[in-house]
Amino acid sequence: MTDAAGKPGIISMRGLRKSYGVGTPVETEVLHGIDADLAEGEFCALIGPSGSGKSTLLNLVGLLEPPTAGELSVAGQSTTGLNEQALTVLRGRHIGFVFQFHHLLPAFTALENVMMPAIIAHGVATAQDEAVAHDLLARVGLSSHEYKKAGQLSGGQQQRVAIARALSLSPRLILADEPTGNLDTHTADDIFALLREFNRERGSACLIVTHDPRLAARCDRRIELVDGRLAASTSVAEPA
Amino acid sequence: MARPRLPFEFLVALRFLREGRMQTALILLGVTGGVAVIVFLSQLIAQLQSTIIDRVLGSQAHVVVRPLEEVNLRARTDPASTAVIEPRAQRLRSIDQWEAIVKLAEEQPGVVAVSPVVSGPAFALRGRASKSVALLGIEPDRYRRIVKMDTYMVRGKFQVEGTNAIIGTELAKDLGVTVGDKVFLRAAGGRDELLQVTGLFDIGNKDLNRRWVFTTMKLAQSLLDLPGGVSNIDITVTDIFDASEVAARLQAGSGMTVDSWMTTNSQLLAALRNQSVSNNLIRSFVIIIVALGISSVLVVSVVQKQKEIGILRAMGTSSNRIMGVFLLQGALVGFVGALSGVGLAWALLQIFSTIYRTGDGAPIFEPQLDTGIALSAAGIALAVGVLAALIPARRAAKMDPVQAIRA
Repeated sequence: MTDAAGKPGIISMRGLRKSYGVGTPVETEVLHGIDADLAEGEFCALIGPSGSGKSTLLNLVGLLEPPTAGELSVAGQSTTGLNEQALTVLRGRHIGFVFQFHHLLPAFTALENVMMPAIIAHGVATAQDEAVAHDLLARVGLSSHEYKKAGQLSGGQQQRVAIARALSLSPRLILADEPTGNLDTHTADDIFALLREFNRERGSACLIVTHDPRLAARCDRRIELVDGRLAASTSVAEPA
Repeated sequence: MARPRLPFEFLVALRFLREGRMQTALILLGVTGGVAVIVFLSQLIAQLQSTIIDRVLGSQAHVVVRPLEEVNLRARTDPASTAVIEPRAQRLRSIDQWEAIVKLAEEQPGVVAVSPVVSGPAFALRGRASKSVALLGIEPDRYRRIVKMDTYMVRGKFQVEGTNAIIGTELAKDLGVTVGDKVFLRAAGGRDELLQVTGLFDIGNKDLNRRWVFTTMKLAQSLLDLPGGVSNIDITVTDIFDASEVAARLQAGSGMTVDSWMTTNSQLLAALRNQSVSNNLIRSFVIIIVALGISSVLVVSVVQKQKEIGILRAMGTSSNRIMGVFLLQGALVGFVGALSGVGLAWALLQIFSTIYRTGDGAPIFEPQLDTGIALSAAGIALAVGVLAALIPARRAAKMDPVQAIRA
């Protein structure tokens, strides 16, 4: 899978369709055949009005639910016909999630939350995992909050922990569903800047669902969905 | 140490349990109570049963071999003639080839001790007092393994030789004798002998204390006119509930009449069995209730933890491992509940054994906990925990991660 520039793509979508309630009278198609690619290391916004299918597309790409039709490859591997186990492995190895409502595990401390993807992957936390988690929390400016439970952190802090968590296994792809959706402008800018920083520094491709045109404008590219169809794919000039 | 040292499933299961503090406490209380009831009840019933059995079998052989009854047969078998056949009076007889049967009995699996006994009716006379007694000719070393006479001895040792006799405390009182005195014994056939009392026993049963007179086998044989013979063979078995099987095997092997305590005390046996059945019934219901309790709490927990499950799935946790997390929660609740339940049962036994005492102040049961009962209860609790967690765990595993995250 290569994009126009010849770089191998991290995501490739061909004729991706998604319907809900298949086989029932209320069957509705949400995505009507999406063709799109995301290059390795690309920083891309996914925009569109509410109900246009952005979150659904993100879930498909995140291998959280299967497409009804079409071909989806992630990290060069076709996902057609893979069983749940194989999808879980693929997801765990290559994809990091940042959700809108930060979705940390409330029973765990910030540090443990950041280590969790590593604990899942390795079975038990290693010293290396701990070092990485310390490092990441320092990078998002939360060194002094490492041992606080998720519920003791502010919204912006929680989202920063979530970003650190998404990066804990250095995934090739980060999927963010309105990561700044419920934050004030100032905090939203911080979070966005953090994502961008990690993208540049580590080369993780980002696909960010956002409503905020200001933030979308700061991405390499914008993919716009309208009513489950690809409306536009615009490259944005790199801001100076 | 900042880094959690536990493997993923343990870590998450423990945190989930700790987070649902109230629910976890309640269900632990439930499991504790259930395990305690089961252990306490099992222990109590086992002890009461063994006390009852001890009392009944304390002065009785588990299996007794006797000669076949003599029956009258018709000489002519003419169907046209009818005759009333009177049952024959049973005279005191020796067991044919008793040495061989003793050997046969000793070779049976599950047999602990075999003791040939010469027993028959006699009168104990002193002055003008005359008491009807049962004369028992025994080999002390063999017989003490049938009835623990050594523990019943009040005076003297359970040892007979020559014309020595050991009698019960009641008979001694009735005849006004004590150790060192002489008693005149006359058997039903008219043979008699002057015996010297060398020991007194109290078997805990006044009737037996009044009737049993122990002498050597030789003396009893000559008094009862059974030269070289024995009237019955007493047998002790390892497992008292195997007694009827041992008896059946011996009967087939020897051709003699062989009875076990289970046939001579069939009423008691039925009572014991009923008690066991009701105990099992109570246990089953308690197990079911505990299982339902664990199950319902975990079902609720799965719903409450939907979001977390979704997040864990998104981070690369397979549905099997999610299932493992919830099965482990069931197992942990079962295990911890079992530990505290056994502890509670132990405490209950201590308390109840001091409250309930027999007439003479001795505890009705010992406040001891049988390791077997405790371990099996703990094992059951663990298994019930895992089984009860099966439905919630499968539900958690099947949860659609997208739905779970949105919830």
